[in-house]
Parts: sequence; structure tokens; C-alpha cells
Amino acid sequence: MRVTVTINRRPEIADPEGATVMRALHELGYTEAATVRMDRVIHMEVDGDDADEVRSRVEEMCRQLLANPVLEDFEVEVAP
Amino acid sequence: MRVAVAVFPGVNCEHDVVYALRALGAEAQLVWHRETDLSDFDGVILPGGFAHGDYLRTGAIARLSPVMAEVERMAKQGAPVLGICNGWQMLCEAGLLPGAHIANRDLTFICRFVEVEVVDARSCLTAAARPGQRLSIPLNSYQGAWVDPTRSGRVVLRYVEDPNGSQERAAAVTNERGNVVGVMPHPERAMEDVLGSSDGQTLIEGFLASLVPA
Repeated sequence: MRVTVTINRRPEIADPEGATVMRALHELGYTEAATVRMDRVIHMEVDGDDADEVRSRVEEMCRQLLANPVLEDFEVEVAP
Repeated sequence: MRVAVAVFPGVNCEHDVVYALRALGAEAQLVWHRETDLSDFDGVILPGGFAHGDYLRTGAIARLSPVMAEVERMAKQGAPVLGICNGWQMLCEAGLLPGAHIANRDLTFICRFVEVEVVDARSCLTAAARPGQRLSIPLNSYQGAWVDPTRSGRVVLRYVEDPNGSQERAAAVTNERGNVVGVMPHPERAMEDVLGSSDGQTLIEGFLASLVPA
């Protein structure tokens, strides 16, 4: 099954890269860009038939390795 | 007194660390990250570099290496465990020190001497220093800013001037017991005046003074 994992840095943790990209957008005149966060997306193909089970396994992978619980939250999307 | 210096693929400061330890009379030995037995050693140092290419996050892959189980055992037993730069990032990822590291505030790789002040001498890094003492040590990192939302780490070295946005201007942090320390600047690169500073000796001496026979 196709799985998309989005790793989001928690809003309270600084994101200097996102801040720099936002300043660059403002330089170009896109002053409406109010926040920019450089999240990461991981695309996976995961063996399994049961979407709920695949999701729960991938969430486990996030907690154990893919996301750092100090800095990041994650969202798991399993393609239907 | 024997110190293990763990070598991960992509680490690049291991020989400097061995040199620094031997210069002060200690017995130091490189051990590969697949090593599963460090029972012959009284302490361990995780040197700096880019273990496993810093893929995913700095230290995230390295903490899965077999040697880390031994590092954890030694940390729990109270033996001195020191992570320098990338080594500190590994200790955070392994949960042996609180917090994590993010990119420097100004998104620059910082490579220069910085002044740090000893704020707490109760750690295996600062045991031979006195509070208030200032040391000149080279910083060499990109993911150098430490963040700890739990505020549970005890800062032992603080930057005199903030170079990277590290929380509490922390340059080195220890656990409650003081035997596990992470430090961002490189004491092993400040061992002789000809290198620009010999202030690193005080820190390596503190580590050696903290060793007790296994």
C-alpha cells in the first residue's frame, strides 16, 4: 500500500530554514506568505492488505525512527 | 584506565580524540560501531563527524548501531560517557541526554574558536575546571543548536556569546548524575598552543579524572 508520512516540526520549535525561505518570498513581493515551515515528506510502499494495520505499523515506525519526538509531529496517510 | 573511542561510518574526529587522550597519559582504543562488548573499558567517547551521512537526522541512524547498547549500559552504570558534536547528537537521539539539535540560527556552518564559560563543574567533562573559568575551544557544526522543551538538561558549559541559537546558550549539557555529557565544541582540537588553544586539556583531564576502574 502506498503510504505518505509527513514529518512536521512542532510550531514551538524554531525553523530557521523556513524563516529564511519566508524572507526570500517577501523579497519577491509575496508578502502574504505569513508562515513557512520546511516539513519533510516520506513516501513508502508497505506490504499489507489492511489499511488500519498498515497505518498503525507506520505510526510505530514514526515513533521509533522516522520522527524525533522532541522536535516533530507526524501524519500518516494510507492511499485507498 | 582505558577509554573506548567509538567509530561510526562517516565519523572523522576519532584520531584527534585518541591523540588527546594519549597525550594526557590515558590508554585509548578505537572500537568499531558493530562492537558489542566494551566491558574492558572504563569510559567511552563518541567523536564528531557525520555518522551515516547524517541521513534522516543527525545521530538518528547511529543510535541503532550495536555499540550503542554498550554505551547505554555504561551510562546507566555511571561510567563517563562523552559525546562530542555529532556524538552529542547521537546521545540525544538515543535518549541518554534530553533534547535534540537543529540547524544553527543563521544557517551557516560555524567553524571557529568560541569562548565558553564553565557554569557547573559537576560533570565528567568539567570535573577538572572551576565554575566561571573561560575556555577557548573550536566549534565546528551546522546542526549545533540544542533545544530541550522539557528543560531537564543541566548546562555545564555556556557560550560567552551566542553563536548558534542554542537554548540557554548551552555548549555542553549533562544528565542528572553528571556522567553522561554532550558537548558541541571540540576539546580534542584545543590540546596544544600551536593549535590556537590548549584549553581543551582541562576538559579531557576532567573526563580522565572521572574514570573509575571497570
